[in-house]
Amino acid sequence: MNMEIIQPFINSLDAVISEMMRCSARIADVTMEQGSYQRTGIAALVVLSGDIEGRIILDMDAAAASQVASDLSDIAGAPTDESTREIVCELTNMVIGNSVTQLNDRGFKFRVHPPEIFMIDVGPRGTLNSETVLLRFELPKGAVYLNIAVHANSAALVGSPA
Amino acid sequence: MEFKPLTSADQPKIRFLVVDDSVFARKNICKMVEAFGGEIAGEAGDGFAAVAKYNETTPDIVLMDITMPKMEGIEAVEHIVHDHPEAVIVMVSSVGYQDNILSALQKGARHFVQKPVKPEAFYEIIRYVLSENPKPSQTAEVEAQS
Repeated sequence: MNMEIIQPFINSLDAVISEMMRCSARIADVTMEQGSYQRTGIAALVVLSGDIEGRIILDMDAAAASQVASDLSDIAGAPTDESTREIVCELTNMVIGNSVTQLNDRGFKFRVHPPEIFMIDVGPRGTLNSETVLLRFELPKGAVYLNIAVHANSAALVGSPA
Repeated sequence: MEFKPLTSADQPKIRFLVVDDSVFARKNICKMVEAFGGEIAGEAGDGFAAVAKYNETTPDIVLMDITMPKMEGIEAVEHIVHDHPEAVIVMVSSVGYQDNILSALQKGARHFVQKPVKPEAFYEIIRYVLSENPKPSQTAEVEAQS
C-alpha cells in the first residue's frame, strides 16, 4: 500500500490522542495482514467510498480503552462499557476525519460514512482487491490498532488530480 | 481554563443547539458551551432531528456535525437556512477539507471548526460569529453605548 495513503492516518492518530488524552501514541509496528480481522478490544469501523474505497477499523485493547475512559470521565461520566464504546467511536471519527481531510487536500476525493461500533470478534478482511495494513500504536497504557483495508478506485480516479 | 462569559450578567444567555450523532461529542461540546457561559437549548443526533429541534427551540447558534446518519449536516443547514435565513450555524466536524467547508458555507453556515475541538479556538470563533450576527438585545446594547 502506498505510504502516501498511510502517513495521514499515523499523523492523525497521534494528533487526536495528543489533543484528547494529553499523551502521545507511538507507532510501534506496521505489518501487512492476510485473512480475517481479529478484534482485540473495543473497535469501531468506518467505510470510505470514492477515489479510495474500503474500510478502516480502530481497535483499542482493554488497557488502552480503560485508560481513555478514565482520562475522559470528566466529559463522559463514570466509565461504563457504553461510554467507553462511545468514546472509541468518536476518537475513530476524529482520526479518520482528519486523515481524510489530509488526503482530500492531496487530491483524493472520497466520502466518509459514520463510524459504527464493531462488535463481532472476527471480521471481514476488507475486499478481495484491498491490501490490508495493520498499524500498532503504543499508549502509556495499552495499544491501539488501525486496520486499514483500502484500494484506489481506478474508475473514480480518472480525471482526479495526481 | 476560564472563559469570560459570552454575555454580561444582565443579558440572556446565548442558547445553543448541539447536533452530533456521537453522544460523547455532544457531551464534550455542551461542556465547553457551558464553560463559555452559554446555555444548551437542545441536542440532536442527526440532520432530521436537528431541523425539527431548530423549529422547536429557535436557538441563537447551532453547532452542527457533518457526517451523520439519516441526514448529513450540510443538508440540514440547507433546510434550516431555507426556513430561517437568520439562522447562525457553525459546522463542527472532523472532516475539514475544502470542498466540504465551501459547500457548508454556500448553504448558509457561518463558520467551520475542525475536531478535535480546541476550547480556546472554539471560544474565539463563537465570539467572532456572535459579533458578526448579534442578537437583538446585544444590538440594542451596542446602540445605547454609541
